Amino acid sequence: MKSTNEMKLTMESRSVNEGFARVAVTAFTAQLDPTIEEINDIKTAVSEAVTNCIVHAYPETVGRIYISASIYDNLTVRIKIRDSGVGIPDIKKAMEPLYTSLGGERAGLGFAVMESFMDKVRVRSVPGKGTTVTLEKKIRGRDE
Amino acid sequence: MAARIFYEKDTMTVFLDGEIDHHSAAIIRAGIDEAILASRPGTLVLDFGGITFMDSSGIGLVMGRYRLLRALGGELVMTNLPESISKVMRLAGLEKLGRIEEREVTV
Ligand SMILES: Nc1ncnc2c1ncn2[C@@H]1O[C@H](COP(=O)(O)OP(=O)(O)OP(=O)(O)O)[C@@H](O)[C@H]1O
Ligand SMILES: [Mg+2]
Repeated sequence: MKSTNEMKLTMESRSVNEGFARVAVTAFTAQLDPTIEEINDIKTAVSEAVTNCIVHAYPETVGRIYISASIYDNLTVRIKIRDSGVGIPDIKKAMEPLYTSLGGERAGLGFAVMESFMDKVRVRSVPGKGTTVTLEKKIRGRDE
Repeated sequence: MAARIFYEKDTMTVFLDGEIDHHSAAIIRAGIDEAILASRPGTLVLDFGGITFMDSSGIGLVMGRYRLLRALGGELVMTNLPESISKVMRLAGLEKLGRIEEREVTV
């Protein structure tokens, strides 16, 4: 399927960029005329994926986070959030609600939030190479 | 984002505002914990009235304060939950950690 519009952005894995990343992606999706709830869903899911890059992918270093968003059929947005960090050894386990490899103040709910707020969540990861999270949502919008 | 904190008898109320994400949670946590340890409140009220965004880092923040409070023998109350964060709160089951009170507070 060919996208009808696309944007890409790259940023350093600094926590101060979390707000910028989620606002940039939701501003791009505004052309689909989403509801406030849909905007909030996308904002929250993007925040989860970007935070995971900052906290988990590059635990001791500052690396790069690559974000792209594409629009299909003027209806669906697909967002990719990629890092070249440590990777995830067991994706199935990582995606279980309440699982966290860090403990402490982490709830282990990032993937659960992404899955419940978006229509599709796909995770590809190679330990030592990095992780790509793909989030997809059909925008139903205001008047239907 | 600095949390404003008020005391009344042994109740400590924290008025949260702005966005709670991983970036801001560390700063908010430090402020709240310092106040909890200094005053050892019987009740901690977290007022979410001014919150415009919250993700799982906010969930972690609430769970962590709940644990600290429980260790000190206090209870947690959450109030003025905006519609925009109710979805993430429900998903995390935060209502099981403390009382949710609906109320209008202005300071
Ligand atoms: N980009 C990533 N790179 C490496 N590991 C990751 C990445 N994203 C997630 N993980 C792993 O998957 C686990 C689960 O992620 P999830 O976001 O669900 O929970 P969390 O980040 O640990 O806690 P929370 O998101 O609630 O603060 C993480 O603890 C981490 O081990
Ligand atoms: Mg996470």
